[in-house]
Amino acid sequence: MVVYGVALLSACLIVGMLIGEALGVWLQVEANVGGVGIAMLFLVFASNSSRFKSLIEGASGRGIEFWSAMYIPIVVAMAARQNVVAAFEGGMTAIVAGVAAVVVSFALVPVLSKIGSKKEREKTSVNRGTGS
Amino acid sequence: MDILETVFIRNSLLVAFAVVGLTLWVSYLVADKFTHGRIHGSAIAISLGLVAAYFGGKLTGGNNGVADLTLLGGVGLMGGGMMRDFAIVATAFGVKLEELKKAGLAGVVSIFAGVIVSFIVGALVAIVYGYSDPVDITTIGAGAVTYIVGPVTGSALGASSEIIALSVAAGLVKSILVMIGTPMIARYIGLNNPQSAMVFGGLMGTTSGVAAGLAATDPKLVPYGAMTATFYTGLGCLLGPSILFFIIRALV
Repeated sequence: MVVYGVALLSACLIVGMLIGEALGVWLQVEANVGGVGIAMLFLVFASNSSRFKSLIEGASGRGIEFWSAMYIPIVVAMAARQNVVAAFEGGMTAIVAGVAAVVVSFALVPVLSKIGSKKEREKTSVNRGTGS
Repeated sequence: MDILETVFIRNSLLVAFAVVGLTLWVSYLVADKFTHGRIHGSAIAISLGLVAAYFGGKLTGGNNGVADLTLLGGVGLMGGGMMRDFAIVATAFGVKLEELKKAGLAGVVSIFAGVIVSFIVGALVAIVYGYSDPVDITTIGAGAVTYIVGPVTGSALGASSEIIALSVAAGLVKSILVMIGTPMIARYIGLNNPQSAMVFGGLMGTTSGVAAGLAATDPKLVPYGAMTATFYTGLGCLLGPSILFFIIRALV
């Protein structure tokens, strides 16, 4: 049943959000700390485990795939409801701060990706070394 | 006109589905015919959405772009936080656990690096533009983290509403630029695999920006970037009014 997949997806998000809110309260932060990320982990665990087979295969899986495919349209709607006017009217300080933060962060992507993949390569080569 | 309004308002979400569907159809047509697929259709659709949001905001004076127009109120629901998060989580369906583990450490490092670097850049810009009060500098720096971290930090520190508005604007500029800039810059920063997508999400942090930017680059990368990005705002809210403020106060 399609609704089983949708229900699993909803349950993952709600439990993730609850944990994120609880983390926020515990850390005394006025924000949901990683609720969506935690929900995604739950869904990844569920879709990689055999115990949830009946909730992720066949029609149930299509219920999740539908919402995954609706992602881009939803993002377009999200773009259409942004407060673009406020972004432009914030003045030069806001524009320069926003642009500079993005440029520097973009530049750091290859740097940090390299650190990660280099470590990974070393690790795999070590594994290969002990294996042979 | 009355009939139209009644039907549109009563079925606002369906109107949004139809309007967004039409927008995407036009965008993919333009991408295909005029750019020969060089610019992704969804990138065009997202840009159209942002342009529409600008005019919507100008017309109504509201904060929610197109969604403040009576006939298009459903766009607010369709593009709101609940649907966005629901669809983001759905993209994780089929993600392999190994890919996440592989980039786990780099992802965590990138979240910390992203918050701190954006904050420093924002704070420096504030200083260059003549702000000298540590509360103001911290709030503007926090705005460069995300448009949620800015006001959370500002209100915790008792910043003026003018400075808080400025920090929100800085965060919005960041978010919009990530939406538009990511597909253009992706090739040059090696954004083409799950690992770099996780690092990207952690560095940028703005969930809306990352969600839209990756969608327009390669939808397969969305779950990886979104996963790290969702921890970013929480970390920013944690560090902004505390450690980062203490550092700024000690330095200024």
